[in-house]
Amino acid sequence: MTSLVIAEHDNATLKDATHKTVTAATQISAPVHVLVAGENCAAVAQAAVRIAGVEKVLLADAPALAKQLAEPMEALILQLAGSYDAILAPATTTGKNILPRVAAKLDTPQISEILKVLSPDTFERPIYAGNAIETVQAPAGKKIVTVRTTAFAVAAEGGSAAIENVTAPADAGLSSFSGETLSKSDRPELTSAKVVISGGRGLGSAENFKLLDSIADKLHAAVGASRAAVDAGFVPNDYQVGQTGKAVAPDLYIAVGISGAIQHLAGMKDSRLIVAINKDEEAPIFQIADYGLVGDLFKILPELDEELAKRGYK
Amino acid sequence: MKVLVPVKRVIDYNVKVRVKADQSGVDLANVKMSMNPFDEIAVEEAVRLKEKGKASEVVVVSVGPQQASETIRTALAMGADRGILVKSDQTVEPLAVAKLLKTIVEAEQPGLVITGKQAIDDDSNQVGQMLAALLGWPQGTFAHSLELGDGSAKITREIDGGLQTVEVKLPAVMTTDLRLNEPRYASLPNIMKAKKKPIDEKSAADLGVDITPRLKVLKVSEPPKRGGGVKLAGVGELLDRLKTDGAL
Repeated sequence: MTSLVIAEHDNATLKDATHKTVTAATQISAPVHVLVAGENCAAVAQAAVRIAGVEKVLLADAPALAKQLAEPMEALILQLAGSYDAILAPATTTGKNILPRVAAKLDTPQISEILKVLSPDTFERPIYAGNAIETVQAPAGKKIVTVRTTAFAVAAEGGSAAIENVTAPADAGLSSFSGETLSKSDRPELTSAKVVISGGRGLGSAENFKLLDSIADKLHAAVGASRAAVDAGFVPNDYQVGQTGKAVAPDLYIAVGISGAIQHLAGMKDSRLIVAINKDEEAPIFQIADYGLVGDLFKILPELDEELAKRGYK
Repeated sequence: MKVLVPVKRVIDYNVKVRVKADQSGVDLANVKMSMNPFDEIAVEEAVRLKEKGKASEVVVVSVGPQQASETIRTALAMGADRGILVKSDQTVEPLAVAKLLKTIVEAEQPGLVITGKQAIDDDSNQVGQMLAALLGWPQGTFAHSLELGDGSAKITREIDGGLQTVEVKLPAVMTTDLRLNEPRYASLPNIMKAKKKPIDEKSAADLGVDITPRLKVLKVSEPPKRGGGVKLAGVGELLDRLKTDGAL
Protein backbone atom coordinates (compact mmCIF):
# COMPACT_ATOMS: atom_id res chain seq x y z
CA MET A 1 0.00 0.00 0.00
CA THR A 2 1.73 3.15 -1.20
CA SER A 3 0.59 6.70 -1.95
CA LEU A 4 1.92 9.11 -4.51
CA VAL A 5 1.81 12.82 -3.65
CA ILE A 6 2.25 15.40 -6.40
CA ALA A 7 4.58 18.07 -5.02
CA GLU A 8 3.65 21.75 -5.13
CA HIS A 9 6.67 23.86 -6.01
CA ASP A 10 8.05 26.53 -8.32
CA ASN A 11 11.21 24.63 -9.39
CA ALA A 12 13.15 26.37 -6.60
CA THR A 13 11.17 25.93 -3.39
CA LEU A 14 8.98 23.14 -2.11
CA LYS A 15 5.67 24.59 -0.84
CA ASP A 16 4.25 23.41 2.46
CA ALA A 17 1.03 22.42 0.66
CA THR A 18 3.11 19.33 -0.16
CA HIS A 19 3.87 18.60 3.49
CA LYS A 20 0.17 18.90 4.34
CA THR A 21 -0.81 16.59 1.51
CA VAL A 22 1.75 14.06 2.76
CA THR A 23 -0.02 14.16 6.13
CA ALA A 24 -3.30 13.24 4.41
CA ALA A 25 -1.55 10.57 2.34
CA THR A 26 -0.09 8.81 5.39
CA GLN A 27 -3.64 8.45 6.71
CA ILE A 28 -4.82 6.80 3.48
CA SER A 29 -1.99 4.60 2.37
CA ALA A 30 1.57 4.63 3.72
CA PRO A 31 4.43 4.73 2.83
CA VAL A 32 4.37 7.88 0.74
CA HIS A 33 6.28 8.69 -2.41
CA VAL A 34 6.50 12.29 -3.61
CA LEU A 35 6.65 13.22 -7.29
CA VAL A 36 8.67 16.36 -8.01
CA ALA A 37 8.05 17.23 -11.65
CA GLY A 38 9.52 20.35 -13.16
CA GLU A 39 12.60 21.75 -14.80
CA ASN A 40 15.90 22.21 -12.94
CA CYS A 41 14.08 21.32 -9.77
CA ALA A 42 16.65 19.08 -8.05
CA ALA A 43 16.68 21.45 -5.04
CA VAL A 44 12.98 20.79 -4.58
CA ALA A 45 13.58 17.05 -4.54
CA GLN A 46 16.35 17.59 -1.96
CA ALA A 47 13.80 19.37 0.23
CA ALA A 48 11.16 16.69 -0.28
CA VAL A 49 13.42 13.86 0.96
CA ARG A 50 13.42 15.48 4.39
CA ILE A 51 9.66 15.21 4.92
CA ALA A 52 8.98 12.61 7.61
CA GLY A 53 6.98 9.66 6.29
CA VAL A 54 8.27 9.98 2.74
CA GLU A 55 9.99 6.81 1.56
CA LYS A 56 11.01 7.88 -1.91
CA VAL A 57 11.11 11.02 -4.01
CA LEU A 58 10.59 10.65 -7.75
CA LEU A 59 12.29 13.40 -9.71
CA ALA A 60 11.10 14.10 -13.26
CA ASP A 61 13.14 16.92 -14.73
CA ALA A 62 12.23 18.01 -18.25
CA PRO A 63 11.60 21.27 -20.11
CA ALA A 64 7.99 20.29 -20.88
CA LEU A 65 7.31 19.98 -17.15
CA ALA A 66 8.67 23.42 -16.24
CA LYS A 67 5.23 24.90 -15.60
CA GLN A 68 3.53 21.61 -14.68
CA LEU A 69 0.95 22.02 -17.41
CA ALA A 70 -1.91 19.55 -17.14
CA GLU A 71 -1.31 17.60 -20.35
CA PRO A 72 2.33 16.50 -19.84
CA MET A 73 1.69 16.05 -16.09
CA GLU A 74 -1.20 13.71 -16.89
CA ALA A 75 1.03 11.60 -19.13
CA LEU A 76 3.76 11.45 -16.50
CA ILE A 77 1.48 10.50 -13.62
CA LEU A 78 -0.32 7.87 -15.70
CA GLN A 79 3.02 6.26 -16.44
CA LEU A 80 3.66 5.95 -12.69
CA ALA A 81 0.11 5.29 -11.50
CA GLY A 82 0.21 1.49 -11.69
CA SER A 83 2.37 1.19 -8.57
CA TYR A 84 0.13 3.23 -6.30
CA ASP A 85 -2.99 2.67 -4.24
CA ALA A 86 -3.63 6.37 -3.82
CA ILE A 87 -2.67 9.48 -5.77
CA LEU A 88 -3.00 12.83 -4.04
CA ALA A 89 -2.42 16.45 -4.90
CA PRO A 90 -2.98 19.60 -2.89
CA ALA A 91 -6.15 21.42 -3.97
CA THR A 92 -4.14 24.32 -5.41
CA THR A 93 -4.78 25.64 -8.90
CA THR A 94 -2.00 23.31 -10.08
CA GLY A 95 -3.40 20.21 -8.38
CA LYS A 96 -6.97 20.97 -9.41
CA ASN A 97 -5.84 21.44 -12.99
CA ILE A 98 -4.02 18.14 -13.26
CA LEU A 99 -5.60 15.46 -11.12
CA PRO A 100 -9.07 15.14 -12.73
CA ARG A 101 -7.34 14.28 -16.02
CA VAL A 102 -5.53 11.43 -14.29
CA ALA A 103 -8.73 10.24 -12.61
CA ALA A 104 -10.63 10.24 -15.89
CA LYS A 105 -7.96 8.26 -17.70
CA LEU A 106 -7.86 5.72 -14.87
CA ASP A 107 -11.67 5.57 -14.93
CA THR A 108 -11.69 6.36 -11.22
CA PRO A 109 -13.84 8.98 -9.53
CA GLN A 110 -11.89 11.80 -7.90
CA ILE A 111 -12.69 13.07 -4.43
CA SER A 112 -12.03 16.82 -4.31
CA GLU A 113 -10.77 18.94 -1.44
CA ILE A 114 -10.94 16.47 1.42
CA LEU A 115 -11.06 17.92 4.93
CA LYS A 116 -10.61 14.71 6.86
CA VAL A 117 -9.64 11.09 6.32
CA LEU A 118 -12.10 8.98 8.33
CA SER A 119 -10.71 5.70 7.02
CA PRO A 120 -8.55 4.85 4.00
CA ASP A 121 -11.62 4.94 1.74
CA THR A 122 -13.91 7.40 3.54
CA PHE A 123 -13.49 11.16 3.55
CA GLU A 124 -15.16 14.38 4.55
CA ARG A 125 -15.34 17.18 2.02
CA PRO A 126 -17.14 20.50 1.82
CA ILE A 127 -20.04 21.02 -0.59
CA TYR A 128 -22.23 24.07 -1.23
CA ALA A 129 -19.39 26.47 -0.35
CA GLY A 130 -18.81 24.69 2.94
CA ASN A 131 -22.44 25.03 4.04
CA ALA A 132 -22.62 21.25 4.20
CA ILE A 133 -20.06 18.55 4.78
CA GLU A 134 -20.32 15.36 2.76
CA THR A 135 -19.03 12.06 4.10
CA VAL A 136 -18.17 10.04 1.05
CA GLN A 137 -16.84 6.54 0.50
CA ALA A 138 -14.70 5.77 -2.53
CA PRO A 139 -15.10 2.47 -4.38
CA ALA A 140 -12.47 -0.28 -4.12
CA GLY A 141 -9.35 0.44 -6.12
CA LYS A 142 -7.19 3.49 -6.44
CA LYS A 143 -8.06 6.56 -4.42
CA ILE A 144 -7.65 9.84 -6.27
CA VAL A 145 -7.90 12.76 -3.95
CA THR A 146 -7.19 16.48 -3.76
CA VAL A 147 -6.55 17.88 -0.31
CA ARG A 148 -7.81 21.10 1.29
CA THR A 149 -4.42 21.92 2.75
CA THR A 150 -5.71 24.15 5.54
CA ALA A 151 -7.36 21.09 7.07
CA PHE A 152 -4.14 19.09 7.53
CA ALA A 153 -1.04 19.70 9.63
CA VAL A 154 2.36 20.18 8.04
CA ALA A 155 4.25 16.86 8.07
CA ALA A 156 7.41 17.16 10.14
CA GLU A 157 10.90 17.31 8.74
CA GLY A 158 13.37 14.60 9.61
CA GLY A 159 12.99 12.04 6.85
CA SER A 160 15.79 10.82 4.64
CA ALA A 161 14.19 9.39 1.55
CA ALA A 162 16.05 8.35 -1.57
CA ILE A 163 15.70 10.22 -4.84
CA GLU A 164 14.91 8.23 -7.96
CA ASN A 165 15.01 9.84 -11.39
CA VAL A 166 12.10 9.12 -13.70
CA THR A 167 11.89 9.89 -17.38
CA ALA A 168 8.82 11.78 -18.50
CA PRO A 169 7.01 10.58 -21.61
CA ALA A 170 7.57 12.68 -24.75
CA ASP A 171 5.41 15.80 -24.68
CA ALA A 172 2.47 15.55 -27.08
CA GLY A 173 2.71 19.27 -27.78
CA LEU A 174 -0.97 20.02 -27.19
CA SER A 175 -0.26 22.96 -24.93
CA SER A 176 2.55 25.37 -24.23
CA PHE A 177 3.34 28.04 -21.68
CA SER A 178 3.35 31.54 -23.08
CA GLY A 179 3.71 33.84 -20.09
CA GLU A 180 2.73 34.76 -16.58
CA THR A 181 2.16 37.73 -14.31
CA LEU A 182 2.88 36.73 -10.75
CA SER A 183 2.20 38.94 -7.78
CA LYS A 184 5.44 39.72 -6.01
CA SER A 185 5.35 40.19 -2.30
CA ASP A 186 7.76 39.95 0.61
CA ARG A 187 4.89 38.95 2.81
CA PRO A 188 4.05 35.36 3.76
CA GLU A 189 1.86 33.37 1.39
CA LEU A 190 -1.88 33.66 1.96
CA THR A 191 -2.47 29.95 2.41
CA SER A 192 0.30 29.41 4.95
CA ALA A 193 0.43 32.72 6.85
CA LYS A 194 -0.27 32.71 10.61
CA VAL A 195 -2.07 36.04 10.31
CA VAL A 196 -4.17 37.23 7.37
CA ILE A 197 -5.70 40.67 6.96
CA SER A 198 -8.27 40.93 4.17
CA GLY A 199 -10.06 43.87 2.68
CA GLY A 200 -13.42 44.13 1.00
CA ARG A 201 -15.52 46.51 -0.98
CA GLY A 202 -15.63 48.79 2.07
CA LEU A 203 -12.09 49.92 1.38
CA GLY A 204 -13.42 51.70 -1.67
CA SER A 205 -10.34 51.82 -3.92
CA ALA A 206 -6.99 50.28 -4.79
CA GLU A 207 -5.36 53.29 -3.14
CA ASN A 208 -7.23 52.76 0.14
CA PHE A 209 -6.38 49.06 0.07
CA LYS A 210 -2.81 50.07 0.89
CA LEU A 211 -4.05 51.08 4.35
CA LEU A 212 -3.79 47.37 5.17
CA ASP A 213 -0.10 47.20 4.27
CA SER A 214 1.38 48.87 7.31
CA ILE A 215 -0.69 46.72 9.67
CA ALA A 216 0.17 43.60 7.67
CA ASP A 217 3.87 44.45 7.95
CA LYS A 218 3.65 44.85 11.72
CA LEU A 219 1.82 41.54 12.16
CA HIS A 220 3.83 39.65 9.50
CA ALA A 221 0.49 39.02 7.91
CA ALA A 222 -0.52 38.06 4.38
CA VAL A 223 -3.01 40.35 2.66
CA GLY A 224 -6.18 38.89 1.18
CA ALA A 225 -9.39 40.21 -0.32
CA SER A 226 -13.04 39.43 -0.85
CA ARG A 227 -14.36 38.67 -4.32
CA ALA A 228 -16.03 42.10 -4.39
CA ALA A 229 -12.66 43.82 -3.88
CA VAL A 230 -11.06 41.75 -6.64
CA ASP A 231 -13.97 42.27 -9.05
CA ALA A 232 -13.74 46.02 -8.38
CA GLY A 233 -10.09 45.90 -9.41
CA PHE A 234 -8.64 46.95 -6.04
CA VAL A 235 -6.23 43.99 -6.03
CA PRO A 236 -5.32 41.07 -8.36
CA ASN A 237 -7.20 37.78 -8.44
CA ASP A 238 -4.62 35.87 -6.41
CA TYR A 239 -5.67 37.84 -3.31
CA GLN A 240 -9.14 36.31 -3.34
CA VAL A 241 -10.22 34.29 -0.32
CA GLY A 242 -13.40 32.26 -0.71
CA GLN A 243 -15.25 29.35 -2.26
CA THR A 244 -13.63 29.89 -5.63
CA GLY A 245 -10.46 31.61 -4.47
CA LYS A 246 -8.15 30.40 -1.73
CA ALA A 247 -9.09 28.65 1.46
CA VAL A 248 -7.16 29.97 4.44
CA ALA A 249 -7.17 28.99 8.11
CA PRO A 250 -4.68 31.21 9.92
CA ASP A 251 -4.42 31.72 13.69
CA LEU A 252 -5.84 35.19 13.18
CA TYR A 253 -8.01 36.49 10.34
CA ILE A 254 -8.85 40.18 10.24
CA ALA A 255 -11.70 41.08 7.86
CA VAL A 256 -11.83 44.76 7.05
CA GLY A 257 -14.82 46.22 5.22
CA ILE A 258 -16.02 42.73 4.29
CA SER A 259 -19.73 42.08 4.76
CA GLY A 260 -19.35 38.30 4.87
CA ALA A 261 -20.99 36.79 1.78
CA ILE A 262 -21.38 33.00 2.01
CA GLN A 263 -18.77 32.50 -0.66
CA HIS A 264 -16.18 34.51 1.31
CA LEU A 265 -16.95 32.77 4.60
CA ALA A 266 -16.35 29.44 2.84
CA GLY A 267 -12.71 30.37 2.44
CA MET A 268 -11.91 31.63 5.94
CA LYS A 269 -14.31 30.33 8.56
CA ASP A 270 -11.88 27.67 9.74
CA SER A 271 -9.51 30.37 11.00
CA ARG A 272 -8.76 30.08 14.71
CA LEU A 273 -9.71 33.66 15.58
CA ILE A 274 -11.68 36.03 13.39
CA VAL A 275 -11.79 39.79 13.83
CA ALA A 276 -14.26 41.88 11.83
CA ILE A 277 -14.06 45.61 11.28
CA ASN A 278 -17.17 46.97 9.59
CA LYS A 279 -19.39 49.99 9.83
CA ASP A 280 -22.59 47.96 9.44
CA GLU A 281 -23.26 46.21 12.72
CA GLU A 282 -25.77 43.92 10.98
CA ALA A 283 -23.12 42.62 8.56
CA PRO A 284 -23.13 38.77 8.46
CA ILE A 285 -19.39 38.71 9.14
CA PHE A 286 -20.15 39.57 12.79
CA GLN A 287 -22.09 36.32 13.15
CA ILE A 288 -18.89 34.33 12.84
CA ALA A 289 -16.33 36.82 14.15
CA ASP A 290 -14.86 36.29 17.60
CA TYR A 291 -14.21 40.00 17.98
CA GLY A 292 -15.94 42.83 16.20
CA LEU A 293 -15.23 46.52 15.90
CA VAL A 294 -18.19 48.46 14.56
CA GLY A 295 -17.20 51.74 13.00
CA ASP A 296 -15.55 53.61 10.18
CA LEU A 297 -12.59 51.58 8.98
CA PHE A 298 -10.84 54.73 7.81
CA LYS A 299 -10.72 55.80 11.44
CA ILE A 300 -10.12 52.36 12.98
CA LEU A 301 -7.26 51.25 10.70
CA PRO A 302 -4.97 54.21 11.54
CA GLU A 303 -5.79 53.74 15.22
CA LEU A 304 -4.94 50.05 15.02
CA ASP A 305 -1.71 50.82 13.19
CA GLU A 306 -0.74 53.38 15.81
CA GLU A 307 -1.64 51.15 18.73
CA LEU A 308 0.44 48.32 17.27
CA ALA A 309 3.40 50.69 16.90
CA LYS A 310 2.94 51.85 20.48
CA ARG A 311 3.10 48.25 21.65
CA GLY A 312 6.35 47.63 19.84
CA TYR A 313 5.17 45.90 16.64
CA LYS A 314 7.30 47.07 13.74
CA MET B 1 -16.39 26.74 -35.56
CA LYS B 2 -19.03 25.30 -33.32
CA VAL B 3 -18.85 25.95 -29.55
CA LEU B 4 -20.35 23.51 -27.06
CA VAL B 5 -21.32 24.80 -23.63
CA PRO B 6 -22.20 22.31 -20.88
CA VAL B 7 -24.37 23.92 -18.17
CA LYS B 8 -25.70 22.64 -14.84
CA ARG B 9 -28.88 23.41 -12.96
CA VAL B 10 -28.01 24.09 -9.32
CA ILE B 11 -29.44 25.75 -6.22
CA ASP B 12 -29.50 29.50 -6.81
CA TYR B 13 -26.37 31.04 -5.34
CA ASN B 14 -28.44 33.36 -3.13
CA VAL B 15 -30.33 30.55 -1.42
CA LYS B 16 -29.29 29.58 2.08
CA VAL B 17 -28.56 25.87 1.94
CA ARG B 18 -30.21 23.66 4.56
CA VAL B 19 -29.03 20.20 5.44
CA LYS B 20 -31.88 17.69 5.83
CA ALA B 21 -32.52 16.47 9.37
CA ASP B 22 -31.92 12.84 8.36
CA GLN B 23 -28.51 13.82 6.90
CA SER B 24 -29.40 12.33 3.53
CA GLY B 25 -28.52 15.51 1.65
CA VAL B 26 -29.54 19.14 1.38
CA ASP B 27 -33.13 20.25 1.11
CA LEU B 28 -34.00 20.93 -2.54
CA ALA B 29 -37.80 21.02 -2.11
CA ASN B 30 -39.30 24.35 -3.22
CA VAL B 31 -35.85 25.91 -3.50
CA LYS B 32 -35.05 28.32 -6.30
CA MET B 33 -32.80 26.71 -8.91
CA SER B 34 -30.68 28.55 -11.47
CA MET B 35 -27.88 28.05 -13.91
CA ASN B 36 -24.51 27.48 -12.22
CA PRO B 37 -22.95 30.99 -12.22
CA PHE B 38 -19.68 29.81 -13.79
CA ASP B 39 -21.69 28.19 -16.61
CA GLU B 40 -23.47 31.50 -17.23
CA ILE B 41 -20.04 33.02 -17.80
CA ALA B 42 -19.34 30.17 -20.23
CA VAL B 43 -22.55 30.82 -22.17
CA GLU B 44 -21.75 34.53 -22.30
CA GLU B 45 -18.25 33.88 -23.65
CA ALA B 46 -19.58 31.54 -26.33
CA VAL B 47 -22.29 33.99 -27.38
CA ARG B 48 -19.70 36.78 -27.61
CA LEU B 49 -17.58 34.56 -29.87
CA LYS B 50 -20.60 34.12 -32.10
CA GLU B 51 -21.32 37.85 -32.12
CA LYS B 52 -17.72 38.50 -33.14
CA GLY B 53 -18.10 36.03 -35.99
CA LYS B 54 -15.63 33.58 -34.47
CA ALA B 55 -18.19 30.91 -33.64
CA SER B 56 -20.74 29.62 -36.11
CA GLU B 57 -23.09 27.98 -33.65
CA VAL B 58 -23.45 27.75 -29.87
CA VAL B 59 -24.86 24.46 -28.61
CA VAL B 60 -25.80 24.15 -24.94
CA VAL B 61 -25.96 20.79 -23.20
CA SER B 62 -27.16 19.90 -19.73
CA VAL B 63 -27.28 16.65 -17.81
CA GLY B 64 -30.10 16.59 -15.31
CA PRO B 65 -33.82 16.23 -14.68
CA GLN B 66 -36.55 17.49 -17.04
CA GLN B 67 -36.40 20.93 -15.36
CA ALA B 68 -32.81 21.33 -16.59
CA SER B 69 -34.46 22.22 -19.91
CA GLU B 70 -35.36 25.54 -18.23
CA THR B 71 -31.67 26.09 -17.59
CA ILE B 72 -30.97 25.36 -21.25
CA ARG B 73 -33.77 27.79 -22.16
CA THR B 74 -32.01 30.50 -20.14
CA ALA B 75 -28.86 29.93 -22.19
CA LEU B 76 -30.89 30.03 -25.41
CA ALA B 77 -32.35 33.36 -24.29
CA MET B 78 -28.81 34.67 -23.79
CA GLY B 79 -28.10 33.86 -27.41
CA ALA B 80 -27.20 30.18 -27.73
CA ASP B 81 -28.67 28.47 -30.79
CA ARG B 82 -29.92 25.10 -29.63
CA GLY B 83 -29.89 22.74 -26.70
CA ILE B 84 -29.39 19.11 -25.81
CA LEU B 85 -30.81 17.69 -22.59
CA VAL B 86 -29.38 14.42 -21.32
CA LYS B 87 -32.19 13.49 -19.01
CA SER B 88 -31.43 11.83 -15.71
CA ASP B 89 -33.26 11.97 -12.41
CA GLN B 90 -30.43 10.48 -10.43
CA THR B 91 -27.17 12.03 -9.28
CA VAL B 92 -24.66 11.96 -12.09
CA GLU B 93 -21.09 12.11 -10.84
CA PRO B 94 -18.48 14.29 -12.59
CA LEU B 95 -16.77 11.38 -14.34
CA ALA B 96 -20.09 10.13 -15.72
CA VAL B 97 -20.97 13.67 -16.85
CA ALA B 98 -17.62 13.84 -18.65
CA LYS B 99 -18.32 10.51 -20.37
CA LEU B 100 -21.76 11.69 -21.49
CA LEU B 101 -20.29 14.94 -22.78
CA LYS B 102 -17.61 13.02 -24.65
CA THR B 103 -20.28 11.25 -26.70
CA ILE B 104 -21.98 14.58 -27.42
CA VAL B 105 -18.66 16.12 -28.47
CA GLU B 106 -18.00 13.20 -30.80
CA ALA B 107 -21.38 13.69 -32.43
CA GLU B 108 -21.27 17.50 -32.60
CA GLN B 109 -17.56 18.01 -33.34
CA PRO B 110 -17.16 21.45 -31.72
CA GLY B 111 -13.86 23.32 -32.01
CA LEU B 112 -14.12 24.55 -28.44
CA VAL B 113 -15.95 23.43 -25.30
CA ILE B 114 -16.51 26.14 -22.69
CA THR B 115 -17.91 25.30 -19.27
CA GLY B 116 -17.79 26.56 -15.70
CA LYS B 117 -14.73 25.67 -13.64
CA GLN B 118 -16.91 24.18 -10.94
CA ALA B 119 -20.56 23.80 -10.02
CA ILE B 120 -21.49 25.60 -6.83
CA ASP B 121 -23.40 22.60 -5.48
CA ASP B 122 -20.82 19.81 -5.28
CA ASP B 123 -17.80 22.14 -5.76
CA SER B 124 -15.92 19.29 -7.47
CA ASN B 125 -14.06 21.23 -10.15
CA GLN B 126 -13.53 18.15 -12.33
CA VAL B 127 -15.75 17.89 -15.41
CA GLY B 128 -13.84 20.16 -17.81
CA GLN B 129 -10.51 18.54 -17.07
CA MET B 130 -11.98 15.02 -17.25
CA LEU B 131 -13.67 15.72 -20.55
CA ALA B 132 -10.44 17.11 -22.01
CA ALA B 133 -8.53 14.03 -20.87
CA LEU B 134 -11.10 11.57 -22.23
CA LEU B 135 -10.98 13.35 -25.60
CA GLY B 136 -7.19 13.66 -25.55
CA TRP B 137 -7.60 17.44 -25.85
CA PRO B 138 -5.67 20.23 -24.15
CA GLN B 139 -7.35 22.46 -21.60
CA GLY B 140 -7.30 25.99 -20.28
CA THR B 141 -8.89 25.95 -16.86
CA PHE B 142 -9.94 28.90 -14.63
CA ALA B 143 -9.96 31.24 -17.64
CA HIS B 144 -9.55 34.96 -17.11
CA SER B 145 -9.36 35.86 -20.79
CA LEU B 146 -9.45 34.13 -24.15
CA GLU B 147 -7.73 35.05 -27.38
CA LEU B 148 -8.87 32.83 -30.20
CA GLY B 149 -6.33 32.28 -32.97
CA ASP B 150 -6.22 30.14 -36.05
CA GLY B 151 -6.10 26.54 -34.90
CA SER B 152 -5.05 27.54 -31.41
CA ALA B 153 -6.16 29.67 -28.47
CA LYS B 154 -4.34 31.70 -25.88
CA ILE B 155 -6.01 31.31 -22.52
CA THR B 156 -4.98 33.37 -19.53
CA ARG B 157 -5.69 31.50 -16.32
CA GLU B 158 -6.26 32.60 -12.75
CA ILE B 159 -3.67 30.68 -10.74
CA ASP B 160 -2.62 30.83 -7.10
CA GLY B 161 0.34 33.09 -7.83
CA GLY B 162 -1.38 35.44 -10.28
CA LEU B 163 -2.11 34.92 -13.97
CA GLN B 164 -0.68 32.39 -16.40
CA THR B 165 -1.15 32.28 -20.16
CA VAL B 166 -1.10 28.99 -22.01
CA GLU B 167 -1.46 28.35 -25.70
CA VAL B 168 -3.54 25.31 -26.57
CA LYS B 169 -4.17 23.63 -29.88
CA LEU B 170 -7.79 23.45 -30.93
CA PRO B 171 -10.02 21.63 -30.33
CA ALA B 172 -9.75 22.31 -26.61
CA VAL B 173 -11.73 22.60 -23.40
CA MET B 174 -11.83 25.88 -21.49
CA THR B 175 -13.29 26.33 -18.01
CA THR B 176 -14.32 29.75 -16.81
CA ASP B 177 -13.34 31.75 -13.78
CA LEU B 178 -15.21 34.73 -12.37
CA ARG B 179 -13.57 37.54 -14.23
CA LEU B 180 -13.76 36.24 -17.80
CA ASN B 181 -16.82 38.39 -18.48
CA GLU B 182 -20.04 39.64 -16.95
CA PRO B 183 -22.98 37.62 -18.24
CA ARG B 184 -25.85 39.56 -19.81
CA TYR B 185 -29.46 39.49 -18.76
CA ALA B 186 -31.70 38.04 -21.42
CA SER B 187 -34.09 40.58 -22.93
CA LEU B 188 -37.80 39.84 -23.12
CA PRO B 189 -37.81 39.49 -26.93
CA ASN B 190 -34.89 37.08 -26.67
CA ILE B 191 -36.68 35.09 -23.98
CA MET B 192 -39.66 34.79 -26.35
CA LYS B 193 -37.41 33.83 -29.24
CA ALA B 194 -35.68 31.20 -27.10
CA LYS B 195 -38.98 29.35 -26.71
CA LYS B 196 -38.84 28.44 -30.38
CA LYS B 197 -35.26 27.21 -30.35
CA PRO B 198 -34.92 23.43 -30.43
CA ILE B 199 -33.92 21.27 -27.45
CA ASP B 200 -33.06 17.69 -28.28
CA GLU B 201 -33.66 15.14 -25.51
CA LYS B 202 -31.55 12.08 -24.92
CA SER B 203 -30.91 9.60 -22.15
CA ALA B 204 -27.66 8.16 -20.84
CA ALA B 205 -28.77 4.81 -22.28
CA ASP B 206 -29.18 6.42 -25.75
CA LEU B 207 -25.59 7.55 -25.46
CA GLY B 208 -24.38 4.16 -24.21
CA VAL B 209 -22.89 5.50 -20.99
CA ASP B 210 -23.20 3.83 -17.60
CA ILE B 211 -23.96 6.57 -15.09
CA THR B 212 -24.36 4.41 -12.00
CA PRO B 213 -22.87 6.35 -9.08
CA ARG B 214 -19.55 4.95 -7.90
CA LEU B 215 -19.14 7.06 -4.80
CA LYS B 216 -21.25 6.32 -1.75
CA VAL B 217 -22.45 9.38 0.13
CA LEU B 218 -22.75 8.13 3.70
CA LYS B 219 -24.13 11.37 5.07
CA VAL B 220 -24.37 15.09 4.62
CA SER B 221 -24.03 17.09 7.80
CA GLU B 222 -23.96 20.67 9.04
CA PRO B 223 -20.52 22.18 9.30
CA PRO B 224 -19.30 22.97 12.79
CA LYS B 225 -21.01 26.18 13.88
CA ARG B 226 -19.04 29.24 14.87
CA GLY B 227 -20.73 31.23 17.53
CA GLY B 228 -20.82 34.96 17.11
CA GLY B 229 -18.37 36.66 19.43
CA VAL B 230 -18.31 40.00 21.16
CA LYS B 231 -18.21 43.53 19.88
CA LEU B 232 -15.40 45.50 21.42
CA ALA B 233 -15.10 49.19 22.21
CA GLY B 234 -11.81 49.93 20.51
CA VAL B 235 -8.46 48.81 19.13
CA GLY B 236 -6.78 48.81 22.57
CA GLU B 237 -9.24 46.27 23.89
CA LEU B 238 -8.94 44.23 20.70
CA LEU B 239 -5.17 43.94 20.99
CA ASP B 240 -5.45 43.04 24.69
CA ARG B 241 -7.84 40.20 23.85
CA LEU B 242 -5.73 38.93 20.96
CA LYS B 243 -2.67 38.94 23.20
CA THR B 244 -4.51 36.93 25.88
CA ASP B 245 -5.67 34.48 23.21
CA GLY B 246 -2.12 33.99 22.04
CA ALA B 247 -2.88 35.26 18.53
CA LEU B 248 -0.31 38.05 18.66
